[in-house]
Amino acid sequence: MNHFDVIIIGGGPAGMQAAIRLGNFNYKTLIIEKEKSIGGKLTQWDKLFPDFYSAEELLQNLTRQLNENVSILTEQEVKDIENTSENEWTVKTADGQYSSKALLIASGYDFFNAKRKEEFGYGIYPNVITSVELEAMIKNGKITTLDGRIPQKIAYLQCVGSRDEKVGNHYCSINCCICAVKQSIEVKELLPDVEQYCFYMDLRMAGQHYEELYRTSQEKYHVQFIRGRISEAASTFDNRIQIKAENTLLSTPLKLTVDLFVLMVGMEASETTRFISQKFNISNEYGFLQSKQRYCSDNETEIKGLFLAGTCKRPMTIPKSLKDGDAAANAIFDYLKNR
Amino acid sequence: MKDFGYSISKGRTLNYDNSDFSLKKTLEHDVVSYCRCIGCGACASTCSAAKFTDFSIFKCNMLFRNAKYDELEQELSKCMLCGKCTLVCPRGVNTRGMILEMRNLIEKNKNNNE
Ligand code: SF4
Ligand code: SF4
Ligand code: SF4
Repeated sequence: MNHFDVIIIGGGPAGMQAAIRLGNFNYKTLIIEKEKSIGGKLTQWDKLFPDFYSAEELLQNLTRQLNENVSILTEQEVKDIENTSENEWTVKTADGQYSSKALLIASGYDFFNAKRKEEFGYGIYPNVITSVELEAMIKNGKITTLDGRIPQKIAYLQCVGSRDEKVGNHYCSINCCICAVKQSIEVKELLPDVEQYCFYMDLRMAGQHYEELYRTSQEKYHVQFIRGRISEAASTFDNRIQIKAENTLLSTPLKLTVDLFVLMVGMEASETTRFISQKFNISNEYGFLQSKQRYCSDNETEIKGLFLAGTCKRPMTIPKSLKDGDAAANAIFDYLKNR
Repeated sequence: MKDFGYSISKGRTLNYDNSDFSLKKTLEHDVVSYCRCIGCGACASTCSAAKFTDFSIFKCNMLFRNAKYDELEQELSKCMLCGKCTLVCPRGVNTRGMILEMRNLIEKNKNNNE
């Protein structure tokens, strides 16, 4: 059977949470996911901020709640979407064609490609890594430099690909400040002798218990927060990374050599998100999707039967994405009921 | 005779690679609340000494944490230990304790180096 009540494009937290609700409402729901398994970026994360909740446990929790009304297609990239007659939607993938009464976009975000900020040396010097790669090391319980040394000094740089006119992204990605705090605590637990420096423009701890975790990272884990944006990084002969910044609270330049330099990469609209935003002409200034109205119809679009959830709209945290999945399911319920 | 020719001016860059942060570490250990400072400057803003002298407890704090101890002894002597700064700090830093301990550590350091 290729006909459904609702098709969800993207099986990350927002898509899964919406599918849980829609399944409970007894709607035949199909999730189309381009990766090997559902879960989205949760599959790349070890623990979540600010409470170190296991990403795997959350994923299992969500999976367990999906009922028999929900079908899942993985490794299927969306090739085309059409709004056929009377608000019928047709989604084409490489292998098939599926139709539904309502379409929910939950196609999420991608990490900023750090190579675009050449001055930080990512892709040029081996010991410049992204927060995503650091998370993988934390997950493996082993932090080493690319040449196998135990790092003694680590520097983090906030706002890589966000809040930067030079890459065309004026927005804040919301997650990275607190993520650096979380990761620096985890790294210190694994390497008690490591010294860590976190360079920031502003620290944005705008969530419950974020500020508290930041305090803890200062007091118990001795992470040094330095206000100043690193301007450039260069490799030393022994593959360490020398960085330059202004210590703005002292109006003095500083330099520092570290073993690992971690770039806190921001969030950009994913490829699928961009494809959809262009196709239906509902792109915001950064390629994310624009909802009908921010306050009261944030899951609806100007197009009937087309709904949005999660980070395809803008950067969000995981709890927020989950809530947004819920809200989208409710909006779809109202729509299908009154159709 | 008048000096002439070129000389290399002493850079003002803080070089973290060869700075000695041991005093800062001791302070972090002795006055734990000091770790929580976020550099907001409320302490300096309320300081009575700052109104009449060229003194900033904020700057002292920043110099100390960056291992720049040269001017600090002179600077910190301007504080009259009234404790007003402790009342306003949003991060609950025991600033008065911090100042006393800074003075202490700098004094010890001086004696060790002599
Ligand atoms: S959350 Fe922090 S690091 Fe991320 S973009 Fe915003 S200010 Fe920058
Ligand atoms: S204790 Fe010292 S630094 Fe603090 S307010 Fe009084 S004079 Fe100023
Ligand atoms: S008021 Fe407290 S947090 Fe603010 S700069 Fe002074 S010591 Fe630091």
